[in-house]
Amino acid sequence: MSSKKKMAWNAGLIVALLVLLFVLEQMMPPGSMFLTVLKKGAIYALVAVSMNLLNGFTGLFSLGQAGFMLLGAYTYAILTIPVESRESVYQYFDGGIVQFTVPVPVALIAGGILAGFFAYLIGLPVLRLKSDYLAIATLGFAEIIRAVFQWDKLGPLTNGSNLLRSFPSFKSVLYPFVVSGICITLIVLLINSTYGRAFKAIRDDEIAAEAMGINLAHHKRLAFVISSFFAGVSGGLLAMYQTTIQASMFKSAMTYEILLIVVIGGIGSVTGSCISSFLFIACSEWWLRFLDNENLYLGGFHVPFLRPGFRKVVFAVVIMAVVLFYRQGIMGTKEFSVEGIANFFKRRFSGKKAVKGGGSHE
Amino acid sequence: MSKEHVLKVENITMQFGGVIAVDNMNLEVNKGEIVSLIGPNGAGKTTAFNVITGVYAPTNGAVYYKDKMIIQNFPQGKMKKLYRGENADEYTGRHVLAPTPDRITRLGIARTFQNIRLFKSQTVFENILIAKHMLRTSNIFTATFRLNAKEEIQMREESEKLLKIMDLEDVRDELATSLPYGKQRHLEIARALATKPELLLLDEPAAGMNPQETLELTQFIGRIRDEFGLTIFMIEHHMDLVMEISDRIYVLDFGKPIAEGVPEEIRNNPRVIEAYLGGAQDE
Repeated sequence: MSSKKKMAWNAGLIVALLVLLFVLEQMMPPGSMFLTVLKKGAIYALVAVSMNLLNGFTGLFSLGQAGFMLLGAYTYAILTIPVESRESVYQYFDGGIVQFTVPVPVALIAGGILAGFFAYLIGLPVLRLKSDYLAIATLGFAEIIRAVFQWDKLGPLTNGSNLLRSFPSFKSVLYPFVVSGICITLIVLLINSTYGRAFKAIRDDEIAAEAMGINLAHHKRLAFVISSFFAGVSGGLLAMYQTTIQASMFKSAMTYEILLIVVIGGIGSVTGSCISSFLFIACSEWWLRFLDNENLYLGGFHVPFLRPGFRKVVFAVVIMAVVLFYRQGIMGTKEFSVEGIANFFKRRFSGKKAVKGGGSHE
Repeated sequence: MSKEHVLKVENITMQFGGVIAVDNMNLEVNKGEIVSLIGPNGAGKTTAFNVITGVYAPTNGAVYYKDKMIIQNFPQGKMKKLYRGENADEYTGRHVLAPTPDRITRLGIARTFQNIRLFKSQTVFENILIAKHMLRTSNIFTATFRLNAKEEIQMREESEKLLKIMDLEDVRDELATSLPYGKQRHLEIARALATKPELLLLDEPAAGMNPQETLELTQFIGRIRDEFGLTIFMIEHHMDLVMEISDRIYVLDFGKPIAEGVPEEIRNNPRVIEAYLGGAQDE
């Protein structure tokens, strides 16, 4: 397939997906679990892809994602809470010190930029570290950021450990899809550019990459800042989705959730991260809900063990099973594409000749 | 001097803790030459390479590339007391130049590795394309938004051309690590050439090759020197290859250069024979 045809196919698919979402949204009741999963899934897909850019494509094992999301979420909230509601939101801090608002898209981007800026600063010392040490340092950074944002002295800006609320949020499921979609497209374009190739080279062999004239420090910093930028944007989206935010939400557990999504989807696969993000959210929030129901009867049989929280036990087992059976994650390093599916069906249905001829593509 | 030198290593000493790996090494590589660096195992050949390519900053001494100083250092800090090499006074107080390997490569010095270091998850073509990254004029934004399409096309065309010259066209889309050993060596050299170097450093290009492959490599190295107008400086153990192809040879033993000359001189040099076969006092 030529690249133009491929692009047309992909564009068509995206439009079809958006139309489908729009129709679904009109048909479903507003509080439906399905729509909730789609919204949260889209947001997590963005942050998972941004983490994959770092962990999967550049080979930097960073665990700071929750910290950068926090920066994005707080920036978004602080810049968009309407001036008239500030008195009630910042009730312990005399209405706070920020007394203006900016449009929502500007606030989202500002969140990303702030996250990127902090990434640049901590990247200066931290990116000298490798593998586990880098993970520990970035994890520490995320925890420090969380603690700092809860600090009382910063109250006029961050509202201390109190909730931030009343900022604009989205109603339509299309909103997170479009924003995440644009961001993920940008990341994919980056990965397929000459810079993306340099990132992959660094992942494969740092010494060889350096000998090929790739400036390690510069490229690692680039990847780190860009990944954090998009984590910041997704933090803003998460704030919109949840309608209230609090620094204590952004614990390291959140980073681990994202890491799980990346690992399950396949380290080094963008589409894998997207698919697994929806599966993960659906599994943890929706499909296993019935396990929390203490009084579940199957044809007169009272199912034992079930109680609130039991879903988490089953969820853990499911995760372990997935990791055991899909060592490389659902997608490995492959990408989900129209072409791939077309080839798959061609091979399935056109007899042995095609199997012999077309086997080398994946 | 009639010949212009491309690389000049001046009083380079590399000391790790108390161990001197390279001891006051001086050598010159002239334009268009193939110069070999030989010596028994552990003589410090690869360390010398690593100093020239910026992997290690030397403890003392300087390196010039096309008459321009690219590396210079003198013993500092703890090394001041530990230093057991020579010529420290000459460089003390001069400004320190210790560029990273990528800067050296961008100057026009490319290298290959003793233990092949290809980009494992990438295809043959992508391996070469990655090396073109350093010649880019695009920045991250123009690259992401495809405003550099022209340059990208040019990068790809040049890589294709290189594949053709290097006889790697038929394995273009194979994973680099799935190639046979000899081809992987070719690919590594091709990748180094993709950075458009003037000086190519080969670290044991014939390691692990059988005589047939070694012979092919000998011709191959001669061919690329002529075709790309290269100067080649290499470390090698296969004496057939070294004697056949080298214009000049340097011999290193225990970090010290013990001989220098054309192949014929080296072959008959008693000190070289002693270094390779062990001292006469063993008998």
